[in-house]
Amino acid sequence: MIAELGHFALILALLAAVMQAAFGLIGPAVDKPAWTAVVRPATSAQFVLVTISLGALVWAFVQNDFSVEYVASNSNSALPLLYRVSAVWGAHEGSLLLWAWILAGWTLAVSWRSGGLPEGFAARVLGILGLVSIGFLLFTLATSNPFARLEPAVPDGRDLNPLLQDPALAAHPPMLYAGYVGLSVAFAFACAAMIEGRLDQTWARWTRPWTTVAWAFLTVGIALGSWWAYYELGWGGYWFWDPVENASFMPWLIATALIHSLAVTEKRGLFKSWTLLLAILAFSLSLLGTFLVRSGVLVSVHSFAADPARGMFILIFLVMIIGGALTLYAWRAPLLRSEAGFEFTSRESFLLFNNILLVVAAAVIFAGTMAPLISDALGLGTLSVGRQYFDPVFLLPTLPLLALAAVGLHSGWKRGRVSDRRAAILWTLLAAVLVTLLLVLGVWEGAKILTPVGFALGVWLILSSLVDPIDRWRRKLTLTPALLGMALAHASLGVFVVSITAVETYTRERDLALAVGEAGQVGEFEYRLTGLSGVEGPNYDALRGEVVVTEGGKPVGVLYPEKRNYWVQRQVMTEAGIDMQWTRDVFVALGEDLGAGRWSVRAQVRPLINYVWFAAVLMALGGIWAACDRRYRREPRA
Amino acid sequence: MTPRQRRVTLVVGILVGVSAAVALAVRAMNENVMFFFDPTQVASGEAPIDKRFRLGGMVRPGTVVREPGTLEMRFVVTDFQKDVSVKYSGIVPDLFRENQGVVAHGRLGADGTFVADEILAKHDENYMPPEVARAIKEKHGGVMPVNPDVRSVPRT
Repeated sequence: MIAELGHFALILALLAAVMQAAFGLIGPAVDKPAWTAVVRPATSAQFVLVTISLGALVWAFVQNDFSVEYVASNSNSALPLLYRVSAVWGAHEGSLLLWAWILAGWTLAVSWRSGGLPEGFAARVLGILGLVSIGFLLFTLATSNPFARLEPAVPDGRDLNPLLQDPALAAHPPMLYAGYVGLSVAFAFACAAMIEGRLDQTWARWTRPWTTVAWAFLTVGIALGSWWAYYELGWGGYWFWDPVENASFMPWLIATALIHSLAVTEKRGLFKSWTLLLAILAFSLSLLGTFLVRSGVLVSVHSFAADPARGMFILIFLVMIIGGALTLYAWRAPLLRSEAGFEFTSRESFLLFNNILLVVAAAVIFAGTMAPLISDALGLGTLSVGRQYFDPVFLLPTLPLLALAAVGLHSGWKRGRVSDRRAAILWTLLAAVLVTLLLVLGVWEGAKILTPVGFALGVWLILSSLVDPIDRWRRKLTLTPALLGMALAHASLGVFVVSITAVETYTRERDLALAVGEAGQVGEFEYRLTGLSGVEGPNYDALRGEVVVTEGGKPVGVLYPEKRNYWVQRQVMTEAGIDMQWTRDVFVALGEDLGAGRWSVRAQVRPLINYVWFAAVLMALGGIWAACDRRYRREPRA
Repeated sequence: MTPRQRRVTLVVGILVGVSAAVALAVRAMNENVMFFFDPTQVASGEAPIDKRFRLGGMVRPGTVVREPGTLEMRFVVTDFQKDVSVKYSGIVPDLFRENQGVVAHGRLGADGTFVADEILAKHDENYMPPEVARAIKEKHGGVMPVNPDVRSVPRT
């Protein structure tokens, strides 16, 4: 009964979305305020209805209603409550519903916060968002109904994939989707501006906070996924250039470019059509990401369920949205001229290069991600592209990008020449080089070619982003949230670069074959297997190893890596044992029985690895801080 | 410089930079892309001798042999037409099992043994790498051979 209610609510939500789109787009076009006035109530109705629908699905999971096929496939009565709830988005159907709900949520937020916008413009924005909603609700209802009943019902479910039974992964999809879907707001603002043929600095001020917040969610979502891969996939990597990781990273890069381009559009009225193009591109890549993940065309961790019909639907939807937006762009963008010049070393120039390099970075990742598909489609053979390609081609645009950011943070708008700030640039660079020497020669021994480059760029970036806020603070000038958030985000990028450099250079890793009582050496660290015992969890049993780690004879800690065997899915899972410290992680994972009483053990020591994710979260906080600036909340009357 | 010259310099600079990036990316791709071969292709000499590639097929039952107590192991990958024996040192993924699909990265040794440096993890035990499924299907006239009890995992 509850499931049918959810299904019915979803159908009504589709009707509400149709009203929202139709009145939002037609109302302003025929200039009927009475029509336009329907848009906001339709938006609220759509949100309420999708919420009821999602609530019904959550209820079915919590109540273990195994007569619902989706619940039966992805849950089990022995599954802990937290994972019964997160199992809602543990597979395709539910994650689409979550997507639709988050979209409805963003739309509602836009509807609430758009009181200061011109009525027609706000209606068009909501109308475009309604079109996107229609697409996703139709997709859910037509190809992936999560409420389908199972006849006859089964006594117990097939359980959630054990890989997904994890707190970080419970939060990963909602965060990632909040980012993906949030980019639809920037997209809708861009489309509305193109329809009206008007794009001014006020427009950029409306769009900026939405884009920044979406970007922040995307950042956290990607970081959570990476963190999970590190400790849950069992083998200690944090980024695999997996097609689906790329699919989330490409919109991130373009969204980052968009944030910077929007800054120029707001402050100086420049880069207008470029900003529009980025807004279209960012959301298109989000949709493409969904297509890549859900159609199963790519071999990846995430392609659990592959269904060509679904892929086809998303592809058509993708073509309509992107094609429509680009047509609109080709038709309208020439109206939106930017008329102002800038100095070659002004902030505008730096942001221009920032944009080019970010887009190039996204493009090379796109090429690497799509190459296997294209080669396969053209019958050129089945190939795969791995980190041997991605690592160098990604660093190619990003290393100059970091250097430009470190210099560009000192630059001023318009006529501001960066040479006026030569002293600050040189001092920060000198300090960065000194710190680098200290790190490479003093703290850690040994370095690869890129190690000093990475350290120097990271530290330089941190120092450079602090110069302006400190300078203003000393001169008793106002420090706005926008300024501080920006400084925090850039400093976090610096922290990120330093930590990645340390991890990539100084990680020590060995596969050992150990019997109980035996020990192996990884750098200064000794790993001694002291015991193996059976333990039982709520829905699995496990073999638990006891590994005592010492560093140069001093005790570090006892780690308990597990080899879990989940009962329902009969799946074996590796649970790593990790000792987290501020300066490094000591990691151990249990492999398999090698015979002769020995077990294979993967032992790693990774310095500074936690700062990789910590920096990403700080970066996102910086973005949210900046988006909270009062400037964006003042009611703009156009 | 006049504004016009400056703009031209800027555009030329960007073009040069972007084309350099594209050229390097294409080069990197040519050098670092790995192709997939099945055992039949390896047997007929289609696979490269000096380059890493991906070998895929099924792990032939009864062929997984370990040097007891060490990380050294050997097994045979088959597409039910030809076999290739594989040597590997290290930890295999949780779902590596006899009679299961497998993808190995590595090089072909002089003696015809494939020396793997990476065995690919699969995250679902019913999951078959698509290229493996296709390679095997082609050999069997569109019918996938049935795995006799892939779910018999001993409880630890």
